[in-house]
Amino acid sequence: MAEPATNLSRLRENIPTLLILAALAATPMIALGLGDPFIVKVATRVVVFAIAAVALNFVVGYGGLVSLCHAGFFGIGGYVVGILAWHDFNAEPLWFLPGTSDLAIALPAAILVSAIIATIVGAISLRTSGPYFLMITLAFNQMFYYGAIALQKYGGDDGLQIMSTITLGPLDVSNRYRFFYLALAVLAITLLLVGRFVDSRFGMVLRAASKNETRVIAVGVDPWLYRLAAFVISAVLTAVAGALLAAGQQFISPVDMGWDRSGDLVVMAVLGGVGVVWGPAIGAAAFVVLELVLSSWTTHWQFVFGLLIVLIVVSLRGGLADLGRTIFSRGSEEATHG
Amino acid sequence: MGKTTTVRCLAGLLRPSAGEIHFKGARTDGRQPHAIAHAGLGLVPEGRHIFPNLTVRENLVMAGIRRADAREPWTLERVLEFFPRLAERLANGGNQLSGGEQQMLAIGRALMTNPDLLVLDEATEGLAPLIRQQIWNKLEALKQTGLAMIVIDKEVDALLRFADRHYIVEKGEIVWSGDSDALESDKQAQDAYLSV
Repeated sequence: MAEPATNLSRLRENIPTLLILAALAATPMIALGLGDPFIVKVATRVVVFAIAAVALNFVVGYGGLVSLCHAGFFGIGGYVVGILAWHDFNAEPLWFLPGTSDLAIALPAAILVSAIIATIVGAISLRTSGPYFLMITLAFNQMFYYGAIALQKYGGDDGLQIMSTITLGPLDVSNRYRFFYLALAVLAITLLLVGRFVDSRFGMVLRAASKNETRVIAVGVDPWLYRLAAFVISAVLTAVAGALLAAGQQFISPVDMGWDRSGDLVVMAVLGGVGVVWGPAIGAAAFVVLELVLSSWTTHWQFVFGLLIVLIVVSLRGGLADLGRTIFSRGSEEATHG
Repeated sequence: MGKTTTVRCLAGLLRPSAGEIHFKGARTDGRQPHAIAHAGLGLVPEGRHIFPNLTVRENLVMAGIRRADAREPWTLERVLEFFPRLAERLANGGNQLSGGEQQMLAIGRALMTNPDLLVLDEATEGLAPLIRQQIWNKLEALKQTGLAMIVIDKEVDALLRFADRHYIVEKGEIVWSGDSDALESDKQAQDAYLSV
């Protein structure tokens, strides 16, 4: 009896996600119509940061763990793609492995490398909580950052230019439009995956532990392993976003993995709304577009930007995601009252 | 005084400074709380502590422990059958429940772990008399299933009807123990320890 109702509410829950994906999918058409290919470049950046912000929110919003090392994982994903492409271009094996510019190999490699590193970082960081977790993840981020600078062979602090043509299997994805849809597909998968995880028993334990860890333990569940799994999943998805950024702009540099970038990702999540899976995607879009528009108006754009973020966070406690809900619920309230 | 401390020690949330705790023939003091819960100790804590950010259904599902040796295992369906009120509230958040509903959920959550021993710390505290009676009825029904329980409460009349054995704890020590008849007839003990 409750079945149709739950199906309907599930559909309603998915509407924002579908709208976001549809709106993004339409941007190349708009770009073509306006004859402005730069729009696609911006949209790709939006999608890449949306993947990272949605992934980060899995631990921040649902796990209550504010990680400041996600830019590090973002950069690790980017450098895996960049370094493999460098070895491909220079025809020099990486130890005994040949380089590659094929994302069908480079993306799984980025996933594997980030998963291993995230398991170690998570296993250590999750021994702490609260401000200590914040500090220890910040420290790890700086280690990754200076690690990237130390990679003199791969450009050091100048960053690493990808000279070869990036492909996905037999498909050439150096085409701007094709690459955009590849990234969008990854965002769709990310939203689907994180949504599934949040609703599963795994997600329940994660959410419950963020409110009352002792109580979770007392009902027979040790949340540590669940948190570690969430941390690794989140880090891996963020690394995939970084890999896509590197492949899309044919460039990765330590700047992309600074701790301030970790902060940006947290801001995107909070700005969009940490209470819903799709919230950070909106936050990432707002962040990237605002940064672009404001910086073209004034060199002091960061002041205006900060002010706007404060205004949004104070007025909409659930982030931008609340904007739609506020309007929607007010509308239905009027309907029931009238 | 000392009752909640005892409960916390039983559940492994506190380490006793002296003495040993044995449960089902095995020593449990010093073991991890989640291991003790898996061994079959279900706790309904004072203050209920349900998860406010989870729905009623999620509060129950996340606590589910299936045990091979359970004769009549508690499942989500069985808990909802036992507490029909919760079935009406499945999609509500834990923070949207009344005190009585929260208490039912806390008991239901503990049942989901399929305990051999259920420990209830001040389960009826702060509830309206009518709701309190409902909870006592439910505990009576649980007792009929053969579930062992330790109930900590200040409501002596209800306890006299419900429990088989009584222990009066004062300042961390057992000062009186006996069955219901003994407690009822021992006016002296009642006056000494239980009158406010």
